[in-house]
Amino acid sequence: MKQMFNREPFALAAFSLVILLMPIWLTPFGANYPDLLQKFAIFAIFAMGFNILFGLTGYLSFGHAAFLGVGSYAAVWSFKLFTMNVLPAIFFGVAFAGLFALVIGYVSLRRSGIYFSILTLAFAQMSYSLAYSVLTPITNGETGLQLTLQDPRILDRLTTEAGDGLPSTTLFGLSMSGYSGFYFCAVVLIICFFITRRIFNSPFGLTLRGIKSNQNRMGYTGFNTRPYTLTAFVISGMFAGLAGSLMAVTDPLAGAERMQWTASGEVVLMTILGGVGTLVGPMIGAWVIKYFENIFSSFNKATLENFYSFLPESLQEIAVSVSGLFVGEGWHLTLGVLFMLIVIFLPGGIMEGWRLLLRRFGGGSGNKSEPAAVAQPAE
Amino acid sequence: MDAILLQFLNGLDKGGAYALIALGLTLVFGTLGVVNFAHGALFMLGAFCAVTFNKLLSLEKVVAHPTEKTAWGTPVEIRTPYVEAWLGDFGAFLVNYSVPFSIIVAIPVMLVIGIVMERGLIKHFYKRPHADQILVTFGLAIVLQEIIKHYFGANPIPQAAPAVVAGSADIGAWLGLGDGLVYPWWRLVYFGFAAAVIAAVFAFLQFTTYGMVVRAGMRDSETVGLLGINIQKRFTVVFGIAAVVAGLAGVMYTPILPPDYHMGMDFLVLSFVVVVVGGMGSLPGAVLAGFLLGILQSFASMNAVMSIFPGINQIIIYLVAVVILLTMPRGLLGREGVMEE
Repeated sequence: MKQMFNREPFALAAFSLVILLMPIWLTPFGANYPDLLQKFAIFAIFAMGFNILFGLTGYLSFGHAAFLGVGSYAAVWSFKLFTMNVLPAIFFGVAFAGLFALVIGYVSLRRSGIYFSILTLAFAQMSYSLAYSVLTPITNGETGLQLTLQDPRILDRLTTEAGDGLPSTTLFGLSMSGYSGFYFCAVVLIICFFITRRIFNSPFGLTLRGIKSNQNRMGYTGFNTRPYTLTAFVISGMFAGLAGSLMAVTDPLAGAERMQWTASGEVVLMTILGGVGTLVGPMIGAWVIKYFENIFSSFNKATLENFYSFLPESLQEIAVSVSGLFVGEGWHLTLGVLFMLIVIFLPGGIMEGWRLLLRRFGGGSGNKSEPAAVAQPAE
Repeated sequence: MDAILLQFLNGLDKGGAYALIALGLTLVFGTLGVVNFAHGALFMLGAFCAVTFNKLLSLEKVVAHPTEKTAWGTPVEIRTPYVEAWLGDFGAFLVNYSVPFSIIVAIPVMLVIGIVMERGLIKHFYKRPHADQILVTFGLAIVLQEIIKHYFGANPIPQAAPAVVAGSADIGAWLGLGDGLVYPWWRLVYFGFAAAVIAAVFAFLQFTTYGMVVRAGMRDSETVGLLGINIQKRFTVVFGIAAVVAGLAGVMYTPILPPDYHMGMDFLVLSFVVVVVGGMGSLPGAVLAGFLLGILQSFASMNAVMSIFPGINQIIIYLVAVVILLTMPRGLLGREGVMEE
């Protein structure tokens, strides 16, 4: 069974099945609406890409949201200037984010450890401030960049006349809203999963792991580590740009708040929560956080009262007021507590917990001989 | 000339706040080796100490006005704070001076919060990687922030400075530069306060035996431990002191910036930049960089500068940080061997 999972086509098929059937198996959780499903796919890509840098290479970037923002802006500009087709938008999003990552990575990677974190944070905050104020002609400042009726859309104009109202994003005529948008993101996610898996299992991935465990020693063996770390940085930046452009695909607007450092913090949380350095961990982390954000934050007092209706009245009141702290407006509190608990008790994240469970309950049934193949949690 | 002096003054109190927060951050880093992302939350908690104290003092009751009567002859009812009703003029004085008096409350409260935080959470993270420390304290910062938001709401809560220093000082007249150079009194007070606290922390570390041992521990805690000194206990106290410094910076900042639940995060990022620019673990570096960046930032906000480089006030700090980090890897006054893998 384990052998089968490790085989490329099988892993890919299983993964695709899970992703594409999300609308079905998420129904019991109340999460099968396209808006949330799109977020699941997009943030999974973002976290997966971030993990290539943080999980594999060990560089904790606190500025990855900048690439997300650049991707979004590039995609919206592609919609405005050229065509509503999503493929060029994604191309521009990835390309600009990659270039941007090349510049920032080239400078930031001169330092490691906390200095690297602060450098990336500084660059991201600079980009945020610039997008918010100075670059208003490009980013439309605090209002955010949106489609307008006056946009040139050169390529679209060649074939069709401008209609009334704003056009929607399309893939060769197929509108990218609702479930079709989700399936498009899902296909992109599957491609990204394939790429990430390849990177993890390649000699390049092995080099990155080596850099993470001891960069000096890698240097002594004759490796120039700089090109490898820079490549990892650019790749993860491109993943972030892809996620950003997909955000613009599903909802064609871009705002500076996407680049704020709290947004960078969020992707770090996702990766840690799921399991740093594991293949699917960051994706699961992204899903958990987005699920919390969307489902928990929509709970209100009435929902809670309904939930605790089996309790006697006085107990019910206490239960409602205590758990009321953690849902609705206060769902961030849940996030913070969950996050602390994970870092304190389960540094390997959800994937580590899953392995522990497997070892405890599946230990007797013969498949316990799998310690070496699993990815190491971050140190 | 006036404008330049004014910007310089503006920079001093902003720099004072940066320096105070960064001082605690770098103190904790230098002693415990912990990167504390919850330090901004301590600044915020300090500010909310002032808010709570003010709320307690201004609890009101309805009393009859001593002289005025309504048209029907019944006394006019007015609302008076309890303290004022009980203590008369002294009570009114207390309410008026609630911000500076909050210091008395904030010191023990912040000390306890700091020590509990260190003993309860941080101590388990000495041996863990810096990334884990960053993440757990970041989580703690979110939790503290949400608790404050739950109890005090999301809106900023303005605090008044005492009436004596509510106005502006006519600095221009003092210096013989003519009028036109006026500056809020409270900001001068804040600068003086920041200077005093920084001096106190330095004096404590420099001139007391306790501080000397702590400094020795910062250099080589193992050897100090071998001499039979419980250095860990002293480091815990140092963490408490760092929390108090951050808290006091928050208390006194409330009349300048109405406290809200995310002020800690706003200042945290900047003060981390300050710490790194000054050099991780270097106390004079943190103070120097704090004032330097504060002053640079206010100069960058001048209209003359803004017309040449629009938006420079937003990014100047980060720009300086990038340049300094790339040219001086250890920051301005960083010691060798700190945070160098």
